[in-house]
Amino acid sequence: MVIASAFSPLTPQLHIPDGFLSTAVTLVFWLITIAFVSIAARRLQHDFDERLAPLMGILAAFIFAAQMINFPVAGGTSGHLLGGALATIILGPWAAILVMTAVIGAQAILFQDGGLLVMGANIFNMGILTALIGFGLYRSAAGRSRRTKLLVAGAAAWLSVMAGALSTSLQLWLSGTSTLNIVMPAMLGVHALIGVGEALITAGALAFIMQTRPDLLSDAEVTQRGGRAWIVVGAVITLAVILLAPLASANPDGLERVAEDYGFINAGLDSPYQILPDYTIPLLGETSLSTIIAGAIGAVVVAGLVILLAQFLRKSASSDQQLATD
Amino acid sequence: MQTSAFDRYQAGDSAIHRLDPRVKVIITVLFVLSNVLIPDGAWLGFVLALTMILIITNWAGLAWDFVLKRSLIVLPFALAAVTVIFAVPGVALASIHIGPWTLTPTDAGLIRFISILVRSLLSVQMAILLTATTPFPDLIHALRHLRLPQPLVATLSFMYRYLAVLSDETTRLLRARRARSAQQPGMHSGGPLLWRARVAGNMVGQLFLRSLERGDRVYKAMLARGYTGHLYTLNPHVMQRHDWLMAALALAVLAAIQILSRL
Amino acid sequence: MPIIHPDASTQAIQQRLAETAAAPTLRVERLDYTYPDGHKALSDVSLDIQEGEKVALVGPNGAGKSTLILNLNGIFRGEGRVEVAGMTVEKQNLPVVRALVGLVFQNPDDQLFSPTVFEDVAFGPLHMGLPETEVYARVQEALAQVGMSDYVQRLSYHLSMGEKKRIAIATVLAMHPKILILDEPSSGLDPRSRRQLINLLRKLPLTMLVSTHDMLMVKDLFPRMVIMDEGRIVADGPTASLFDDTDLLEAHGLERPHC
Repeated sequence: MVIASAFSPLTPQLHIPDGFLSTAVTLVFWLITIAFVSIAARRLQHDFDERLAPLMGILAAFIFAAQMINFPVAGGTSGHLLGGALATIILGPWAAILVMTAVIGAQAILFQDGGLLVMGANIFNMGILTALIGFGLYRSAAGRSRRTKLLVAGAAAWLSVMAGALSTSLQLWLSGTSTLNIVMPAMLGVHALIGVGEALITAGALAFIMQTRPDLLSDAEVTQRGGRAWIVVGAVITLAVILLAPLASANPDGLERVAEDYGFINAGLDSPYQILPDYTIPLLGETSLSTIIAGAIGAVVVAGLVILLAQFLRKSASSDQQLATD
Repeated sequence: MQTSAFDRYQAGDSAIHRLDPRVKVIITVLFVLSNVLIPDGAWLGFVLALTMILIITNWAGLAWDFVLKRSLIVLPFALAAVTVIFAVPGVALASIHIGPWTLTPTDAGLIRFISILVRSLLSVQMAILLTATTPFPDLIHALRHLRLPQPLVATLSFMYRYLAVLSDETTRLLRARRARSAQQPGMHSGGPLLWRARVAGNMVGQLFLRSLERGDRVYKAMLARGYTGHLYTLNPHVMQRHDWLMAALALAVLAAIQILSRL
Repeated sequence: MPIIHPDASTQAIQQRLAETAAAPTLRVERLDYTYPDGHKALSDVSLDIQEGEKVALVGPNGAGKSTLILNLNGIFRGEGRVEVAGMTVEKQNLPVVRALVGLVFQNPDDQLFSPTVFEDVAFGPLHMGLPETEVYARVQEALAQVGMSDYVQRLSYHLSMGEKKRIAIATVLAMHPKILILDEPSSGLDPRSRRQLINLLRKLPLTMLVSTHDMLMVKDLFPRMVIMDEGRIVADGPTASLFDDTDLLEAHGLERPHC
């Protein structure tokens, strides 16, 4: 029953179960996640050697096991790890996305921790977002002192949890499952604390690795895993979290109004479910079909942007490598 | 047995157990999708979905409350949806005063909240049935056949194999830490917060380096048996007539649920 | 695990396996090996093993036993010459050599890397390019040889240490190797499992090279013993006479088994 202890009351809050997200939100995040995961899979098949196959699986099991390690904080709560930021710092963003996808997938399939249909959203929140922000920030510390690197890594870990919480709240709100003015401050508040545990363990683990096997986290290794463009990615997401979180928490009505104005949601809470009208004859009415198609088009656009971004990142990574070898 | 925590599989030889894992995966996902598509308050649809769960449970030779009990794990997350009770416009059911705030639960809000919860419970119940009647290695095969990218499937496969090994290793680390940390009455054990976090960090770091070394040893063991970068495996699953029949039956039932819940 | 059916390139291994001559099963000539970090692990190692011989490889930790073993099927590539059944261990021969040399690692959790016993035992035959029916037959045969026929569909992590060790041996028996090489096979076993393992090794009609600290097993099972220390072979001869040379044993941190 070791595993049961891994999922203390604090963890599952980012593992959304099925039924809590609307079809449109589910669909959009699946498409985004599929885009990222298939790029990650293709890149790993091309760029890495064959020893990666067993290594990735064992490291996924490592993340799983590392989530069991906790430390008492106060009042019966304990700090522990989600692992997304640690994975991206020690493996690079693409490998981390694949490893976290396997972890989140197995948690859903083996333990029903997180839903099947909403797995796309869960992977996005806990695997992709964390990998992008975590690596982006850590990459910016390349060449700095050990102390700076650890501080940045800790900050990246904290922000990765906050980004996940932010994105989870937005998904719940867009699905009409929660009201923004309550779910957002609650989620962000709880995860600001959980994030501290994440930050401390991530920095502690990195300090240990730097001491024992400095070669694994050398600047050359880290720059080889991703080019400077990642710094931009990390900065953009950080900025989004830093700006969006307080804005939405302090003035959720504002965000809601913006969303309405731009047609993300039609009119407050009950509208997302208008996507699936309960008055038409079986199958999907005209309105719902058009909404879903609109959602799909939106997702395809996002996926396209992701692919362009990936190509851009790849080019910049290879030019960085060239600089290093010159 | 310690490792049993990983295996939710309940050995058996029912028609459900023997069903092709691909069919089971697809039906499970479609069932979850069907739940999300059932409109708020369409109780008939939810009851039919629950009936489907109970029939499959019975067919698989599991106790009738097997999945019901286990599905309660989604309840904590329901907290996230509580606010809809007060947010959806509708007929006010009551008026609750807490300090300066007044909460007004509405009928529509309550219906929506219960619908979300029921959707979630039903979905997790089917997921539990899938894991209870399908060994995970078969699920991995099914995912490969359903065209998941190869690196992801390989990662899942090795991960499943080493989950128990690494968690045993972690348990030993945790036990060693416990054995060394004494606790004075009325005081926190294990020193100040930063120190405790650092110990945990060291453990994670150590676990990582051990995993890395294990990865290297496993790779050598694979090389020794002729691995050259491609993973081969046999395909033990072939769709039989009864697999197609079951798939068709399940699809028909799901379609019926959708139609009936919209009448 | 991903499904890719064996193709023509792996079928060629079969042809070449059939061509291997009946030369000495294993011949090592003046082998040197230096780790990438500069540590010299093997120097001037020469060793001949004839068909049917069962040889023990002993020596203190860090003597180079495991490094030597990893050189024998080309996982490590040192300077010098290694030949298996007349075939030189070099890049283009590796697929064949790896089928000829059955290497069983010390920790069965590293050796058994697939979720189920079947997949693990089938791994070698599949990567040799054998047809499907032959793979099934070999899995059955190999598991029968180690007395584990009922374990085909079991999950590897549900097994006891002794069971894991025997299945680890089956994973290489299924490849029909010319020589079986085991690293510390009896370590971590309780007395009964150890006894079962020794009986199994005695029964297997195969050429064997076994690295071990278990001197009692050496005395029991291996007529010939090779002692390594600091990367060199310091003695090679009949077990009985080497056990009589107390000075030699003591000089290399070994103990003569009592009883």
